[in-house]
Amino acid sequence: MATYAECLSIVREVLGEYLEPGQTAGENDALVADLGLSSLQMLELVVEIEDQLDISLPLNQLPDVRTVHEFAQMLESVAGGAQP
Amino acid sequence: MSLLEKFAPLGKMRHELLEYGSLPFGVVTERVISPTVGIVHGRETILAGSNNYLGLTFEPSCIEAAKAALDAEGTGTTGSRMANGTYSTHHALEEELAEFFDRRHALVFTTGFLATMGMVSTLAGRDDVLLIDADSHASIYDGCRLSGAEIIRFRHNDPADLEKRLRRLGERSANTLVVAEGLYSMLGDQPPLEEIVDVKDRYGACLLLDEAHSMGVFGAHGRGLAEALDLEDRVEFVVGTFSKSLGSVGGFCVSSLPELDLIRMAARSYIFTASPAPSVVASTREALKLIATRPELRERLWRNANQLYGGLQESGFRVGPQPSPVVAVFVDQTELAIDWWHRLLDNGVYVNLVIPPATPSTSCLLRCSMSAAHTTEQVERIVSSFANLRSENRLAGSAG
Repeated sequence: MATYAECLSIVREVLGEYLEPGQTAGENDALVADLGLSSLQMLELVVEIEDQLDISLPLNQLPDVRTVHEFAQMLESVAGGAQP
Repeated sequence: MSLLEKFAPLGKMRHELLEYGSLPFGVVTERVISPTVGIVHGRETILAGSNNYLGLTFEPSCIEAAKAALDAEGTGTTGSRMANGTYSTHHALEEELAEFFDRRHALVFTTGFLATMGMVSTLAGRDDVLLIDADSHASIYDGCRLSGAEIIRFRHNDPADLEKRLRRLGERSANTLVVAEGLYSMLGDQPPLEEIVDVKDRYGACLLLDEAHSMGVFGAHGRGLAEALDLEDRVEFVVGTFSKSLGSVGGFCVSSLPELDLIRMAARSYIFTASPAPSVVASTREALKLIATRPELRERLWRNANQLYGGLQESGFRVGPQPSPVVAVFVDQTELAIDWWHRLLDNGVYVNLVIPPATPSTSCLLRCSMSAAHTTEQVERIVSSFANLRSENRLAGSAG
């Protein structure tokens, strides 16, 4: 079980590996439009977070995720037992 | 015009590609001379990107059978398998496919895409899980979307990642369809099928194996990778196509599970489209006999595949992970890949240009596919045409 705050922290931590030095991920930043992640980097990001939380994220839900906040929210729904 | 605005990036890409001369996608073969030679841009060209693995498209017995079917049954069925579109020859093909694969049941679809999409979308429903290889073909992804099932990807050719994801599903693993391919069409790599089968058996899942590119290529009888590895009894569903090794068009699914016959009444891509034309069915039946009885075709295919793979490696190109009838050359820069593709064609060699995101990585691919019908000289010519690209490199940069 993971809370929203824990999920947000994990997303920010893993995202850090993909950002330019000094760049930080804000909660409302869009993963592609603002942070510049490529589709391949998005895939790697998802796999790394899945392994950290020992979950599998359904592909059906990923297209709805645009921002850091939405990503953390989805993680909470899958890993935290909250309603998606 | 907001409805159509989304096509603007495609228009821009096409415009940019046309600046190189002609469009690399949808090349027109002005005349087909043989399974391996055509006239393209007015020039005799070696066809090295046609998936015509056994070279059966001009096989006299297949052509004769197709002509006889045209005379006897007409040009088309004009209807669905569920309505008026099932002729005795469709049934005969299904019986012959079941016999060929040593399975109890077979279903014939109008194309390979419809077979795979239809089977994936029908086998898994709302409460089920589809666990697919990340590098799956578009027909598998589209089947997933239509299924309503939960879709989870596992890392390409990684049974450990598959196991991890099955474990995470808990009891739901029994409601899971694992999907893999016998030969991946972009890089020509094979899955570690035995490990994948071991894992799915351990968790009580079912496996659907797409042998579209591996039928006719592997196995003593040409049944595909599952036959070659003696795993057929542990693969629940096999789907495939007639449009590669069998040299026609159409698709199928075979299984010994009785439910396959019920899927006739459930798969929308089987029900809501016209059945294959009689001439197509007839040439496919002939080609199926040849796959089983002429193993020398496979031997020639592999001889050519090894010659091309080895030749390109020796010429310094980075190629796919293992020798295969699909030989992919990695080119890191898109501009260079497009330039090389045009230069190969100017030199009378047609290959497939594949640009991300259609590739499994950020590199472009110059994808070649070998045929049993290629001659040693043709393969040498393909290798030397590639080698010339490096020696006459007009654009800066490496091929990666």
